[in-house]
Amino acid sequence: MIRLENLTKIYSTGVVGRRGIVAVDSVSFKIKIGEIVSLVGESGSGKTTIGKLILRLIKPTSGKIYFLDREISSYKPLEYYRNVQGVFQDPFSSFNPIYKVDRIFENVNRYLLNLPRSEFWGKVEESLKSVGLNPRDVLGKYPHQMSGGQLQRTLIARALVIGAKFLVADEIISMLDASTRVDVLNILGDLRDSIGLGILFVTHDLSLGYYISDTTVIMYRGSVVEMGDTEKVFKNPVHPYTKMLLEAVPTFKKKWEPSKEMFKIESGSLIFRGGCKYYSRCPFRRDVCKEFDGNLSEVEENHWAACALFGR
Amino acid sequence: MKEWLKKHDTIYFMLTNKRFVGGMIFIVAMVLIAILGPWLARLELNWYLEESGTKNLDPTANIGIPYSPPSSRHWLGTNSFGQDVFMQLVFGLRSSLLIGIIGGGLATLIGLIVGFVSGYSGGMMDELLMMLTNIMLVIPTMAVLIIIAAYLPYRGVLIESIIIGLTGWPWTARAVRSETLSLKSRDFVHLARISAVKPLRIIFGEIAPNMLSYVFMVFILQFGGSILAAVGLDFIGLGPTRGTSLGLMLQQAVLWNAIQLGMWWWIIPPGAIITAIVAALYTVNTGLDEAFNPKLREM
Repeated sequence: MIRLENLTKIYSTGVVGRRGIVAVDSVSFKIKIGEIVSLVGESGSGKTTIGKLILRLIKPTSGKIYFLDREISSYKPLEYYRNVQGVFQDPFSSFNPIYKVDRIFENVNRYLLNLPRSEFWGKVEESLKSVGLNPRDVLGKYPHQMSGGQLQRTLIARALVIGAKFLVADEIISMLDASTRVDVLNILGDLRDSIGLGILFVTHDLSLGYYISDTTVIMYRGSVVEMGDTEKVFKNPVHPYTKMLLEAVPTFKKKWEPSKEMFKIESGSLIFRGGCKYYSRCPFRRDVCKEFDGNLSEVEENHWAACALFGR
Repeated sequence: MKEWLKKHDTIYFMLTNKRFVGGMIFIVAMVLIAILGPWLARLELNWYLEESGTKNLDPTANIGIPYSPPSSRHWLGTNSFGQDVFMQLVFGLRSSLLIGIIGGGLATLIGLIVGFVSGYSGGMMDELLMMLTNIMLVIPTMAVLIIIAAYLPYRGVLIESIIIGLTGWPWTARAVRSETLSLKSRDFVHLARISAVKPLRIIFGEIAPNMLSYVFMVFILQFGGSILAAVGLDFIGLGPTRGTSLGLMLQQAVLWNAIQLGMWWWIIPPGAIITAIVAALYTVNTGLDEAFNPKLREM
């Protein structure tokens, strides 16, 4: 449904934009109808940028994004946003603090749907119920009178009212309590199964990605280092970065112990131009890594990794 | 009423804030004196109007015996020319407040527009506008004011406040720009954009209302700043060539050795009023800060 092709985004900084920061570096992957793809990476890896690019909040430097085999910039805003919607990380900043919660729905009807009032508000109540909210707890309230979980669910309900076919969920549960997290995740899962919603689930938490997604894409400094079926990536990680992430997940029944030598970041050599981006942190680095082009190679069916040492 | 206050809790916190209310009472009193001043001065100088047969009061008219201390005739005495100090004070207050409103308003308006456009549009526009702002910032304002004021053969209160307004905006522009930048990257703006809301509606419907309180505070600071700048100009002799102002009074008093001659009634009132107005404005500002910023609210 969504296809990214060699997507690159360079943010320009400095005086008159002479310096560039490569946020997303030639990324390609696709998301099928009714599929949840989790995009995992540490902060600064470019995962949020990809979400914004798909939502057309920023323009790509090069590369293309296709929605239903048409380039997204060829859609009219109205047409596009009726199909592709997003929910953002911070539920409190997603609402304008000076307006009531109703406003986000009013905007939707005024600009996207243009339905008769009674029909529209009927739909709103219906979708609020479907995400487990009582419309009376939501409508007519100010954002600060509601909890983060309620606000986040309201935002999902907003996407449902619009009838979106694809949802960018950018770290939507990182600001929520542990108890509400699973509820929101389950809502996403239910939506995938009931209406075939495609979801790009951006997260830095591997365990959440594992819980919900069908496909996992792992990013490091703007590039995809490993991707494929969630089961395969988690069972048989190939890239050293993926291995490190999996090691680093704090799990129940595992206590802290002094970090092992191999995962310490070597200072001073963090910026290495050319070759493998992970070179300076990689415990297995060799000279071949310096010439590595970063291309993905197939590990098994539906599982790719970008490591120079794979197969050697 | 209670329901209404609950909804607009900022107004509630504003009205219950001692600093805001205290400062505001003083400012309003000063504004009232400035408005009703000529009438008050009439009350004081009735005898003069009757004797001379004129109808209008002129603050520069020499109407009394020079060097006379405060009395029932001249509430604040006369200066060394025989001008009535109270009447001068009343008219001076008028022009000072006018300069505050026009100069401060102009500086706020320009700063707002420049900051807003530069913050929202970004890119080349932002670079250019910020370059202009920074140039304006590093030029010593007082020197520019002196040069401009010196070139004008006739200077009224209006011209003076426009000059001050045209040079006072850079700080506002920078502050508004950073405020816009931070609001622009909030998620509710993104959410409006993916609801296909038109850009102009986003600016005026989503971003601008969030800045109202901030703009109000900026205006209050600019108001005080303009009054001070005008006093500075007046004091070095580049004030209005006609009429009077608080700064002009101070300049004259110093020029004619009011301190050495022990004429406290000439030099203390204008100085005290300027200080009190600016202090009250800053008090109002801190009060507003507490009302608008929930973290600073007194519990």
